[in-house]
Amino acid sequence: MSNSKIVTLDDLELLKEKGLNLIYPTKTKISVGMATCGISTGAREVFQAISEEVQNQKLDCVLSQTGCLGFCQREPLVDVIEPGKPKVVYAEMSYDKVPELITNIKNQKIKNEWMLCQIGEKYSPRLDGIPFYKDVDFYKKQKKIALRNCGFINPDCIEEYIAKRGYFALHKVLTEMKPKEVVDMIAESGLRGRGGAGFLTGKKWQITRSSKGKIKYIICNADEGDPGAYMDRSLLEGDPHSVLEGMLIGAYAIGASTGYIYVRAEYPQAIVKFLQAVKQAEEHGLLGKDIFNSGFNFEVRVNKGAGAFVCGEETALIASIEGGWSGPRPRPPFPAKSGLWGKPTNINNVETWANVPVIIDKGADWYSKIGTEKSKGTKVFSVVGKVNNTGLVEVPMGITLREIVYDIGGGILDNRKFKAVQTGGPSGGCIPESLIDLPVDFEKLTEVGSMMGSGGMIVMDENTCMVDVAKYFLAFLEDESCGKCVPCREGIEKMREILNNICKGEGEEADIELLEEIALTVKEMSLCGLGQTASNPVLTTIKYFRNEYEEHIINKRCPAGVCLDLISYSIDAEKCNGCGACVRPCPTQAITGEKKKLHSLDQEKCIKCGACYETCKFDSIIIK
Amino acid sequence: MKFNKIDKILEKFNMQKSQLISILQDIQNEFNFLPMEVLGYVAEKLGIPFSLVYHLATFYKTFSLKRRGRHLINVCLGTACHIRGGVRILEKIERDLNIKSGSITLDSKFSLEVVRCVGCCSLAPVIRIDDDTHGRLTQGKITPMLKKYE
Repeated sequence: MSNSKIVTLDDLELLKEKGLNLIYPTKTKISVGMATCGISTGAREVFQAISEEVQNQKLDCVLSQTGCLGFCQREPLVDVIEPGKPKVVYAEMSYDKVPELITNIKNQKIKNEWMLCQIGEKYSPRLDGIPFYKDVDFYKKQKKIALRNCGFINPDCIEEYIAKRGYFALHKVLTEMKPKEVVDMIAESGLRGRGGAGFLTGKKWQITRSSKGKIKYIICNADEGDPGAYMDRSLLEGDPHSVLEGMLIGAYAIGASTGYIYVRAEYPQAIVKFLQAVKQAEEHGLLGKDIFNSGFNFEVRVNKGAGAFVCGEETALIASIEGGWSGPRPRPPFPAKSGLWGKPTNINNVETWANVPVIIDKGADWYSKIGTEKSKGTKVFSVVGKVNNTGLVEVPMGITLREIVYDIGGGILDNRKFKAVQTGGPSGGCIPESLIDLPVDFEKLTEVGSMMGSGGMIVMDENTCMVDVAKYFLAFLEDESCGKCVPCREGIEKMREILNNICKGEGEEADIELLEEIALTVKEMSLCGLGQTASNPVLTTIKYFRNEYEEHIINKRCPAGVCLDLISYSIDAEKCNGCGACVRPCPTQAITGEKKKLHSLDQEKCIKCGACYETCKFDSIIIK
Repeated sequence: MKFNKIDKILEKFNMQKSQLISILQDIQNEFNFLPMEVLGYVAEKLGIPFSLVYHLATFYKTFSLKRRGRHLINVCLGTACHIRGGVRILEKIERDLNIKSGSITLDSKFSLEVVRCVGCCSLAPVIRIDDDTHGRLTQGKITPMLKKYE
């Protein structure tokens, strides 16, 4: 494909035209959201059904696919685009709806009840009463920079990325800017690392750039190990070129000619999409030698992780790329001085890299006007857990937790009471209701004992037990501790044992103080960031939910109804109408009763699996 | 055991020690797990201690030293899945298959394992069977779902 090499600005403009024609073709286009979240709710079946039905009904149209638009709760999403009209986004599509969908498209009809929104304000609305994208509650307060293209372009198609001004920033950098100017621009923008600690990206680049040595490396950390966070997966699946372009710009600024991306094995589709983007960029001359005739050379290697949380820590990640055992090592020296194979190495996270091209394109000034004094720009959060609208949201720094949980997230599931929001993954903490008006940025989250982390935001309601949550994180960390240093290896295990006892009803009053003491030791004495923050879930739950610990220890009760040894199941005599739906799912035949009469539950047989609770439509299963 | 397949994989990576993780990944793709004798063979061929190969093979979660079933079930126990009932889903599968997490069914049809987050948190609870991710699960959906696999 040598004829498709991009060398000049005109070449880019030409592909941009081509891309625009793909995004907005001259005939009807149907596009299905096919990120992992879409596929897991049946997008593949929907896509298959559409391609068959289009043939059956002889509809002349283009069939395409796109990444995740963020509103995962309403997946699978299907876009219908007609020339000169706003794009119609249908939510919760399934293969059995497809024949009607295609018939409607043929007859120029729109199914109101299926619609999520319409996109494209410059056109007159296709249907009154259906909100435009920007007016949907879920999207209203969002500002998409990193996620700018996710769900809007086909990630398999470099032309569509270029149509959205992709690789124009790289062209500008390579033809008009000196490396130092690029570093300065990123520094002025105030961009901070999106992977966890929030170090200033420009400063990090500057240190690596000025480190001695001819050979330097850059690395993209895509080992998104925080459970509950999935923005890196979504970015790599939905817009891989944005990450690649960010890396190219960074490499030029720092003086690296080789880059690595370390993607976790649990994200197979992200690996496929990124590899494909690399191949396309190579074919178009955007990777390789003398890019844009500038003399700048760059190649990218893709490393697949093998499943170890600690590899998200930069020194451990480097060790893993080097092929050895993946353990962290003490810093300094920081990777910026001595990293991969002892060479100066700059590591940034996926989301950080994806921000870079936009900053170059729109300017440091533009970017630094967004956000708070010390936390500039936007941050992507995965709003998940016990909230109505689960999904991936990108919001300006400084937005309050309340706005995220209630305005965007639509409040708590089943109208239950909000209890806490957990941020920062296993290194973070649980933030209680009294702090729900907290503006979200790096400093504020740290002040309350949690941290930004990679952006997981797990909403918890009154049915979530905070002692169980602390135990969960410790079990996770016990599993994932690399075992190198004693405080982390032994301390976490001991804390988990104590929490196990508390959850079993065998806790003692001195346990809380003992937990705090061990937690502080682990925090002070551990070698790497993971150990130093491992105590946060314990410390914050004790700080904000001490009464729940005391209920478990003193009254042997789990107020949330979670800890199996402290709860029992029974049937509410007033609510049970004897429908019998719960009888069959019960694996131990603990529930008996005649049809249309009150049923009874044998506590001796009950294993508290919750199958009856899940089945009962009349809320007559009581968990106490 | 056919070591010529191993030789091919080693040659693909130019016998480079630094590529050990990728080499083990390819071997696992080939055999579905990492047979112990293969680990010894790899160590010998690359001229590195067996202990290092064994260390990596047991350190990383995606490697298995035990034979796996025709289908691999990974139950996600990330934070969102945990608080939305992932453990209940795991226990339901354990009861259905009559095995515990980390083992294989008698007919070798399924292996059951736990994974810490597959990144589909918005659809929790989630499980992954081979390459298929299933979201928004309830206990009631499990039995019919497992029946679809041969």
